[in-house]
Amino acid sequence: MVQQELDNMAKEHKRPDGRKNAEMRKMSAKVGVIPNADGSAMFSFGDTVAIAAVYGPRQLHPQHMQNPATGILRVNYDLLSFSVSDRKKPGHSRRSQEISKVTEQALLPVLDLKEFKNTVVDVQIYILQADSGTRTAGINAASMALADAGIPMRDLVCSVAVGKQDKELIVDLTKEEEDFEEGEGATDFAVAKVANSDEYTLLQLDGKIQPEVVKEVLKLANDSCKEIYEFQKKTLKESIEK
Amino acid sequence: MSSMTTSKLTIETLKKMFSENKRFDGRKLLEHRDISVKLDISNKAEGSAGIKIGKTEVVVGVKLSIGEPYPDSPDKGNLTVSADLLPLASPRFEMGPPDFPGIELPRLVDRAIRESHMIDLEKLVIKKGEKVWTVYIDIYPINDDGNLIDAATLGALIALKNAMVPELDKDDKIDYEKKSTKKLPLHKDIAPISFSFFKLGNSIILDPTREEEEACEARITFGISMWKDQYMINSCQKNGEIPFTEAEISKIMDTISKKFEDFNEKLKKFL
Repeated sequence: MVQQELDNMAKEHKRPDGRKNAEMRKMSAKVGVIPNADGSAMFSFGDTVAIAAVYGPRQLHPQHMQNPATGILRVNYDLLSFSVSDRKKPGHSRRSQEISKVTEQALLPVLDLKEFKNTVVDVQIYILQADSGTRTAGINAASMALADAGIPMRDLVCSVAVGKQDKELIVDLTKEEEDFEEGEGATDFAVAKVANSDEYTLLQLDGKIQPEVVKEVLKLANDSCKEIYEFQKKTLKESIEK
Repeated sequence: MSSMTTSKLTIETLKKMFSENKRFDGRKLLEHRDISVKLDISNKAEGSAGIKIGKTEVVVGVKLSIGEPYPDSPDKGNLTVSADLLPLASPRFEMGPPDFPGIELPRLVDRAIRESHMIDLEKLVIKKGEKVWTVYIDIYPINDDGNLIDAATLGALIALKNAMVPELDKDDKIDYEKKSTKKLPLHKDIAPISFSFFKLGNSIILDPTREEEEACEARITFGISMWKDQYMINSCQKNGEIPFTEAEISKIMDTISKKFEDFNEKLKKFL
């Protein structure tokens, strides 16, 4: 039923950049963009550009944070001040602290840090240019950077935002689409999942969305994540073959 | 400088090599690594640039917003330079409040830019005494392999040269989305560049790699520009426990104008 409704709506709906509802913006990615780091990557969805660096496993200070059973993951996400229209005051905001934490939890499930007791793996994510979907682009970049760093991982993590404009579901929203205010308004649903399983490691949303539509969102996200995964894999492979 | 990570052996080796006019990477003592510039690294910034000097990479963005003038300069716009030494860029950088290098870097860039008077701050007044443009220059290293200050100044210069003033709507609110064609008011002949000279033993080098920079004992940074057909040093700051001799300073002064010319020639198309 929902699917049919969606199909009907899709016929009328036009996205500002001409994309189909389930179509992501053009992805681009590059591995090894930060020579100092143990692993690094850039990932972008259209005009949203994220870079991520991995440092570690390395000694963890303060000492009381050390875990004798396993290494820990520490993620820091933030926007560069000039990545958005109204300059963002440099330094941490509550928003960036929250995103750092949920990103950490999005990535941790695929990592195996047991070998690296008492150490930390630091993941640094910064947004150079923001046009919505910064946390999802950041997670995709970080996932590739972790692989590039050779951290033991059972899979990659892929992330995409699914949005709803009034009643219409669309994938990978731009800022313009996110600001939509008519009808039920805009809903932004950021999703991350383990690439080759159905484990979702990040689910975050603001807006209004019916429970049954949430299932549709997951389906759409799953399809997009498959594409993202193939793209990440291809980019990582190319970086090794070079 | 004077770090805990550079071994005594490295320092001694570098000292000996410098005295023979040699470096690990084959450069001469006052020779720079390859420099590349990328414009418009962020389309949300009013102007932006990415600078690479060897493996060192810095991104700089210029943002404009409306603010109040400082009480002592009611007829001038404001300039604010900030930098954040992101832990992204180096295992040496840590989260938290800035340490001295993090405080010093933006101040040095600020002085090189401000004192050259390249920005016509008087033209950034919207309503005298009440409303002026604030020009923010924000600097972030992406990969630190030495000589960050000079890379940052260069990035600031090029970002400014390519910056636009956003459009105002009828209520004097900024419309960031509207494409502006109004360039930032700059004196077009002024293009400040900074040169940081580093000293180890009796040798002086330019553009150190991180390893070289850590081995060095002192640094002196000069901002230089052209004012009415004359070279002008706009700023200077020494750092480190070892002094520079008069002979060293005059030798630096003998070479800096030529370096400035070379840079201007090389970067012409971005300025």
